Amino acid sequence: MKDLGFILASWIITLGSIGVLAIMTLRRARELSSRIPDEHKPWV
Amino acid sequence: MKTGTTTTRVLGIFALMITTWVVVSAFFLTPADVVQGDSVRIMYAHVPTAWIAYLAFVTTAVASGLSLTRKHRTLGFDRVAGASAEVGVLFMAMTLITGSLWGRLTWGTFWQWDPRLTTTLFLFVTYVGYLAIRRVDVDPVRRARRSSVIALLAVLEIPLVHFSVVLWRSLHQEASVLNTDGDVRLDDLMLFTLFSGVVAFTLIFVWLVVHRQRLAAMSDVERLVGLDVAITARRAESTVGGGGR
Amino acid sequence: MNAILAIARKDLRIEWRTRTLLARVVPFALLVLVLFAVALDSEPLLLRAAAGLVWLAMLFAAMLLVQRSFDVETADHALDSLLSFVSSPSKVFFGKALSMFVQLFALAVVLLGAAVVLYGARVDGDGVVLLVTVLITATIGLSVVGTLYGVVVANMSGRDSLLPLLALPVLAPLLIGAARATEAALGSDTIDLANGWAWVALLVTYAVVFGSAGAVAFAPLAQSDS
Repeated sequence: MKDLGFILASWIITLGSIGVLAIMTLRRARELSSRIPDEHKPWV
Repeated sequence: MKTGTTTTRVLGIFALMITTWVVVSAFFLTPADVVQGDSVRIMYAHVPTAWIAYLAFVTTAVASGLSLTRKHRTLGFDRVAGASAEVGVLFMAMTLITGSLWGRLTWGTFWQWDPRLTTTLFLFVTYVGYLAIRRVDVDPVRRARRSSVIALLAVLEIPLVHFSVVLWRSLHQEASVLNTDGDVRLDDLMLFTLFSGVVAFTLIFVWLVVHRQRLAAMSDVERLVGLDVAITARRAESTVGGGGR
Repeated sequence: MNAILAIARKDLRIEWRTRTLLARVVPFALLVLVLFAVALDSEPLLLRAAAGLVWLAMLFAAMLLVQRSFDVETADHALDSLLSFVSSPSKVFFGKALSMFVQLFALAVVLLGAAVVLYGARVDGDGVVLLVTVLITATIGLSVVGTLYGVVVANMSGRDSLLPLLALPVLAPLLIGAARATEAALGSDTIDLANGWAWVALLVTYAVVFGSAGAVAFAPLAQSDS
């Protein structure tokens, strides 16, 4: 495949940053929700 | 309980499955384009991210408008606006990066000052500023009002930026060096892959916004509760100690 | 109308007493023009870029003036008492924008003079009308947007770095329009007078859009608490 480096880089940047944001979000959510009582979480 | 619910979990699983299909199809199933060659494979990532970036900013604008005009759930709408802008800025950055990688292959340059690219760049900078100002305000009510107004001002700004860049380029008399506009003739599978990409990224966007909005709700609560606790502690201290230290 | 004029007069009087414009902003803007010349190091290039550089220096200088204008108001909650004295918050907005306009217009004239002296820009017969129109319309746009984002960041910590980050992207259309129209007025090979007037139309639209937006948005922004 021609220009494989550019194509791979595009996909890695795209999926990588989505993944990083998702993991950061979940990790922070876990940390915060241990401290916040459930009555403040309308989605529970 | 964390920020996940059954709905978000189902949503997440679907998003992952469709994304996997898009990656497989983009790399192995779809043919190279007649004009662009293999660089068209970047498009299956680039077009959906661009679509999400604009969807995110429309969401931010609508949620900000609702936050300003509605009497109830003002803070809720503002948190949706903020969460959507956060995700949007990330997707906008990815759009710009993948777009310039694609441009390098197709046009020979990383960047061209055409209206679409320039508007996108200014949109990106504008929302980086929007997020910066959201961090400053500690009081959620104040933050909601201020950031909603800024988001709505951005809605006025973007068409003006776009129009001025269009006018700028059309009056510009230097010959364009590159004429490849990157038109693609898509066959059915390519179109379907592109469409799946848009669906997958929309699901990812919804998933991220839902989680980050709940996250924001919790940190607002923490801040307010923390304040309450501090005030109560201070009061207790002053009654016990007879006026405090 | 009287309230608007009174507020503008108050701001201009403070300005006259402290002489921020004269002592700091004008020297700063001139310095920027000199530094551009040193950095570019080519006279034909400078002449070609003169209009853009003048307006870029205007934008930077406007950031300083806006901060100054709202530093005065945030001390001792002056903005709150000012708001309680007028019938509508938009009058405060237009008053402050008016004083901003007077100062920025004076600055623009100085900077164009500097461009003539330093860069060899030439103002001739046909261009004068266009040049004056551009100066007025673009400075109005710059004043309203500056005032609007000035109140956004007023009272905020770290406002000196937030203001440019928020306001400069919004000012991009104004910069493009003012620079191109001024270039047309100064006489250039790449843009003629008729195109210059097309840009004036954009500048007028810009000033009207953000002028009305500012009048509406000023009230929710200026309230100090819920």
